[in-house]
Order: sequence, then structure tokens, then C-alpha cells
Amino acid sequence: MSNLDNFRQETRAWLEENCPASMCEPAAEDDIVGGGKKATYKNPDAKLWLDRMAAKGWTAPTWPKAYGGGGLTKAENLILQDEMFRINARTPITGMGFSMIGPTLLDYGTEEQKLEHLPKIVSGEIRWCQGYSEPGAGSDLASLQTKCEDKGDYFLVNGQKIWTSGAQYADWIFTLVRTEPQAPKHEGISFVLIDMDQPGVTVKPIRLISGNSPFCETFFDDARVEKHNLVGQLNRGWTVGKRLLQHERSSISGLGSAGRRGRYDAMGTLPDIAREYIGLESGKLADLSLRDSVTRNTMNLRAFNLTQRRAMEENESGGTPTFATSMFKYFGSENGKERLEIQLKIMGTQGLGWEGDSFSQAEHTLTRTWLRSKSSSIAGGSSEIQLNIIAKRVLGLPD
Amino acid sequence: MPLVLNEEQNMLKDAAKDFCTNNTPITQMRKLRDEKNENGYDTGTWQQMVELGWTGITIPEDFGGLGFGYMGMGVVMEECGRTLTCSPLFATAVVGSSAILHGGTDEQKGELLGQIAGGELLMALALEESPHHNPYGVAATAEKSGAGYKVTGSKKFVLDGHIANKLVVVARTSGAAGDRDGITLVLVDSDAAGVSVTRTIMADSRNAANIEFSGAEGVLLGEEGKGADVLDKVLDAARILLAAEMLGGAQECYERTVEYLKTREQFGVPIGSFQALKHRAAEMFCEIELSKSVVLEALSALDEDSDEVPELASLCKARLNDTYNLVSSEGVQMHGGIGMTDEYEIGFFMKRSRVCEHTFGNSAFHRDRYGVLQGY
Ligand SMILES: Cc1cc2nc3c(=O)[nH]c(=O)nc-3n(C[C@H](O)[C@H](O)[C@H](O)COP(=O)(O)OP(=O)(O)OC[C@H]3O[C@@H](n4cnc5c(N)ncnc54)[C@H](O)[C@@H]3O)c2cc1C
Repeated sequence: MSNLDNFRQETRAWLEENCPASMCEPAAEDDIVGGGKKATYKNPDAKLWLDRMAAKGWTAPTWPKAYGGGGLTKAENLILQDEMFRINARTPITGMGFSMIGPTLLDYGTEEQKLEHLPKIVSGEIRWCQGYSEPGAGSDLASLQTKCEDKGDYFLVNGQKIWTSGAQYADWIFTLVRTEPQAPKHEGISFVLIDMDQPGVTVKPIRLISGNSPFCETFFDDARVEKHNLVGQLNRGWTVGKRLLQHERSSISGLGSAGRRGRYDAMGTLPDIAREYIGLESGKLADLSLRDSVTRNTMNLRAFNLTQRRAMEENESGGTPTFATSMFKYFGSENGKERLEIQLKIMGTQGLGWEGDSFSQAEHTLTRTWLRSKSSSIAGGSSEIQLNIIAKRVLGLPD
Repeated sequence: MPLVLNEEQNMLKDAAKDFCTNNTPITQMRKLRDEKNENGYDTGTWQQMVELGWTGITIPEDFGGLGFGYMGMGVVMEECGRTLTCSPLFATAVVGSSAILHGGTDEQKGELLGQIAGGELLMALALEESPHHNPYGVAATAEKSGAGYKVTGSKKFVLDGHIANKLVVVARTSGAAGDRDGITLVLVDSDAAGVSVTRTIMADSRNAANIEFSGAEGVLLGEEGKGADVLDKVLDAARILLAAEMLGGAQECYERTVEYLKTREQFGVPIGSFQALKHRAAEMFCEIELSKSVVLEALSALDEDSDEVPELASLCKARLNDTYNLVSSEGVQMHGGIGMTDEYEIGFFMKRSRVCEHTFGNSAFHRDRYGVLQGY
């Protein structure tokens, strides 16, 4: 038996022994675990599952063991994901620690930074958020103004970030700040990590069209940052920040989970929903125009998933995201938005409920998911920005 | 199923690229068109393709081929697509050979596959009877007569119909047009009595023909009444390999367009600096990347004889229909006036794309089929 077959058997046995039964049921929105000091666990199994997985380093399976990760090869990780998928095991914890700052520290962090921060991400002890956008700096991120001054032993940060997802639950924030106001805009930016547990940092939640408040305004008033929390060189933060954006875009487009169940599939696939709400007539969905939309979107999704797999196969070496991530970000979010629009058309008014018992839990979830899906082509760099990047970086079209 | 080429396949692809660039550039197609060449392809070039072994790529070694598989044929088709190469390769060495492979007796395989590989036998599939792909819609009849069958009916858009030596005729021994049962494949020599061939010149300057059969005699290929089982397999292989050709054409057309965006200047700047054009170019990039993946997956599936071949054939053909259509239309648009001229080659891709689109199923056909195969 090959090593991989062995690994599969051991993994299967371990999961069967250690994954609590309730962690194999579909997760509702408030079941999703993000960790951190402020976390509460409405189901104690969720904490148990997190601790068990973290002890093996399998919350971050491919990170090196030295930093608390699982030290798995890509092939082993695929097997782990496969086996978790097989029993419908929930991902024990997710968040920007795993998808953004962790991979970026692995690329650009010092040994001390990796040793300090990565193990606490793996264990779920520290939750991170992203302080990039400002009221005046969205797509044109490099025009950011949050000021970071060198005070000798430490830095002092003043300014405002906005759209900071999960800031109200986070313990630390990674930020892009201006350290050299005179320099050209890309050259005076630094990447710093800020402990949010200090009086100089306050957050104020913002309510979204979906009714939730998943993100905040974040204010810095003389927030103190120790010097060892600068990632990369002073005034060279743009390079670090851009790499992090690639990791972010890969994760938004689901690149890490190629071919697996999409994020919006809590209700089933589009054809499943269509069968339920429209029904079949001589083997075909009864509304032929909607049927064409369903097949179109479903076929595009399949082509997209195949392309994710192809990118992984082509990139055996270690999965460093390339500029093709913009393509995945663009196509993945547009296809996802379209899927939810079709779903709405299929469900009619039953897909537009807001409150009350006239709608099932799944239907309520759909309404909110549909609204939330609109952010996928705005957050992490809008669709238009992704197209700009493809045109410039991949096609080499002139400015 | 692998989505990347192995070393041998990459070598074949490079060799095919070299050959097509040097021996069958688009100027060859233009020349054949302008001199109204009666074959519609260059016999010398065809002989070279035979010598390279291309005719035997998908034919097993036991029958005189290379046994190199569909992925191998796919990369060759893709390169042929880039230069709009005119040759009997598709109708004979993809469609014809797979009909014999899937439907033939050992004796037929032994006799005919070697001839195909050797380039001595040209074949064509006589299927359509209307301007729209409708595989079970055949009304042409086949009647038992002695050891063989007599075929009667009118066939349209028979690719390579005017140069083929042997025709695979899709006819009916029972049932009515629309029934899957009752379809029978008959092998008819094109010089048999009762076969009348009229060449049709299509917009892409490629070969097709209308063929009248009036009691023409032929022999059975496969089982009487069960021809659809073979036909479906042949068509799926044909759709996937045609999609590979279309992928080549779409990429070439797209690359030429992006290059033009960088060089053509208006308002004192390259037109590629205009965001309206940039975004459309970037969207086409995504469509082409997705197209590459579905073609590779479908070719792998053919090689593995996977159960997913039918759905992947439809996924693939629908996507390439749409992508090639989009890219070639935008190609003309983004070239402006020069894109409308016959002298400039970009318009050739648009003409070829539309003929391909209507060969073996347009996108509506394949989306419908995909849905049916998935149970909705
Ligand atoms: C749900 C959600 C979560 C988010 N989470 C975070 C977070 O955790 N941390 C964080 O820092 N930020 C976060 N963001 C912010 C996000 O990154 C910004 O919203 C995004 O970068 C767009 O910036 P903007 O909102 O200022 O829009 P603008 O930049 O003002 O854009 C407005 C419109 O103009 C278009 N546009 C702008 N520039 C161009 C151009 N050059 N060419 C063509 N079109 C253009 C845009 O595509 C968009 O359609 C989040 C956003 C959302 C919606």
C-alpha cells in the first residue's frame, strides 16, 4: 500500500473517532466558528472539534509543524479534505487568520513573527481582521491616509478604517498605513499588525442590506504598535499587502476548495431547488426559459470548478497564487451572484421572505444569502478591478 | 482525469504547431478557396499528415494505428484550428474511424482502420437531413437486400461528402423520425449506383456535400436497429474533437485581437488602453481559460471511456460554440473597418466558428441535452 493510501486510512479512522456527530450536520450561519478571545460556542461539540483538530494542526493542514500547522503535503491535504467531505465534517474554524494573514506571514514574516502569531491562529486563540479600506480609499487602496509615526521605540497610529469585516470579534488587525507622506503613493505604505486590545482602538458596527452587521468602522487614536509588528520593510508594505490580496481573492473564489461544495449550497444545488419549486414535466424542468438559465449557470460552474482543478494540477509546486487569481475571483463571484438571482426567480416570492413563519429557515437563509452575495464582486477588489488587473498583468494591455 | 498534458502529448503538440505554421498557414486555405480547388484540401499536405501518423492517432496499434489516444488527437486538432487547416483529418480520422471502431466487426476493423491510418480511405458521415442537428430525426430508410441494405433518402451537410470514398449513412430500418430505436448504420461506397453527390460550398470554404441516396447498396455497420448506440459514441467523440479544433481557432483569433489592441492607435494612444475594450478582452480571457479546462477534461474522459463522456461532450461543445462565437465577433469588432475586409484574416475565424457551431449541435441543443442527462 502506498503512503498516501495509508494516510487515507489513518485519517478516515481518526476522523471517525474524533469528529463529534453534531459536527457532521449542516452548519447554520451562527454555527460557523471564527475563534478568538471573544468567541462563544453555542454547541460545546464545536469547541471540542476545534481543539482536537487544532492539536493535530489540521485547522491549517499545510502550514509547517514548527508553527503549529499539520505539515501535510498538498496531496495529503487533498485526502484530508476528501475524507472530511465524505462524512460531511464541518471545517472546524475559518477566518482571515487562515486565509489571509497566515499565508502572508509564511511568505514575508520574520521567524519571530511566524512563531508568535501562527500557532495562535491554528489553535483558534486569536482572531484576525483586515484594516485596508478607508472612507477615501477603496478600489484606489494606495491612496490610504491612516498615519503611522515612528516614535523611536514604537509606532503611533491615527486614522480610520472602514468595512472592517469581523472587527467586533477580532483580537488583532493587520493594516496598511502611511509611514512616508511625501513619497509617491505606493512607496510610503507599511504593513503593520495591531493588537486591538488597547484604548487607542475602537470599533463601530455597520448594518448591511442583508440585515446583519458583519463589518465595522475601526478608529485609531494614538494606537501603539511595537516595532517588531512591522511586516516586511518600512515603506515597502504595498508588496506585502498585494500578496495578501491574492490570498484573499483565492479564498473568496473558493480556489482552496476546488471542486467542492460551494458556499451557497446550504439549500442544495440549483437544479435541486428548481426541481423542488418548479417541478418536472416529461423529465424536464417545467419552465423552459428558467431551465435554460439553470443549465447555463450549472454548466459554467462545472467549467469553473474544472478550471480550479486545472490550476491546482498545473501548480503542483506549492500553490502560490498567481495573477490568474483575478480570473477566479471575477468569474467565481459573478457566477455565484447569477446563481442566486436564478434561485430567486425559481422561488418567486417564497424566496423573498424577511421575517416570520411563513417562510422556512432555508428560505430565510436564501434571502439573506442573495443579498450578501452582492458583496462578493465588491469586497476584496471589485469585479471591475479584477478585469483591470487581468487586462494589465495577464494581457499586457497598456494603461 | 488529468487536466494537464504529459510529455509525449506536449511533444506532439509542438510538432503539430510547427507543421501547421509552416505547411498549412491560413494562406493555404485562402489559396484553395480562390483557385476553387475541387478537392478543397491540398493532397500533398494531406500525404504529409498521413506520414506524420496523424490519421492513426486514435486507432489502436493492433489495427495499424499509433494508439495515441484522443488527448493526442485533441492537441493536433487544436493546432489545425489555429491555422484553419483544411484537411480530411476530422471527417476521416475522427468521425469515420470511430464509427468503424465502435460499430465494425473484427473483419471490418481489420480491413478499414488500416486503410484510414494509411491515408488510402477517406470517409464521411451522412447524418443530417435538415439545417439543424437532429441525430434521431433521420427519415432516410435502409431496406434489407440480399447480404446488404439498400439506402434511400436525402442527406445534407455531409462533411467531406464530395471527397469521401466510403460513407457511413445513418438510416432507419424501423420506427419514425425522432425515434432512437430503429436507426441502422450502413456503409456505402460513394461510387455505388444510386449515390448522387453535390458539393456545397460553405462560408468557411470547407468541404461538405448534399447526397441523394436512391436504393444505393451498402453493408451493415453494427447492429440493425441499434445504430443509435454507435452513433451517440461517434457523435460525442466528434463533438469533443471539433471543440478542440474550435479551442485552437478561438485562441488564435483572440491572441491576434489582443495584439491589435496593443498596436492600433487612435486619439494618440493604443486602443487597448480604453477600458471598454480592456474589460471585454479580460472577460474573453476567462471564457477561454474555462474552455481549455472543459476540452481537456472531455478528451481525458474519452481516453478513459468514462460514463461522463456524453455530458462532458455537451458541456464542451456548448461552451466552445459560445466562446468561439464571442471571440470571433469581438475580433472583427475590435479590428474596426479592417476586420471587415477579406484581405485581413480575422474574419475567417468568424466564418469558421459559425459553421463549427452548427456542426453536431448548437448550444441550445447541448444545454438541453446536458439537462436531460442530469435528470432535469
Ligand atoms: C462585505 C464586504 C466586506 C468587506 N470587508 C473588508 C475588510 O474586512 N477589510 C477591508 O479593508 N475592506 C473590506 N471591504 C471593502 C472592500 O475592499 C471595498 O469595498 C472595495 O475595495 C471597493 O471599494 P469602495 O467600496 O470604496 O468602492 P469604490 O472604489 O468607490 O468603487 C465604486 C464603483 O466604482 C468602480 N470602480 C472603482 N475604480 C474603478 C476603476 N479603476 N475602473 C473601473 N471601475 C472602477 C468599482 O468597481 C465600483 O463598482 C469589504 C467590503 C464588503 C462589501
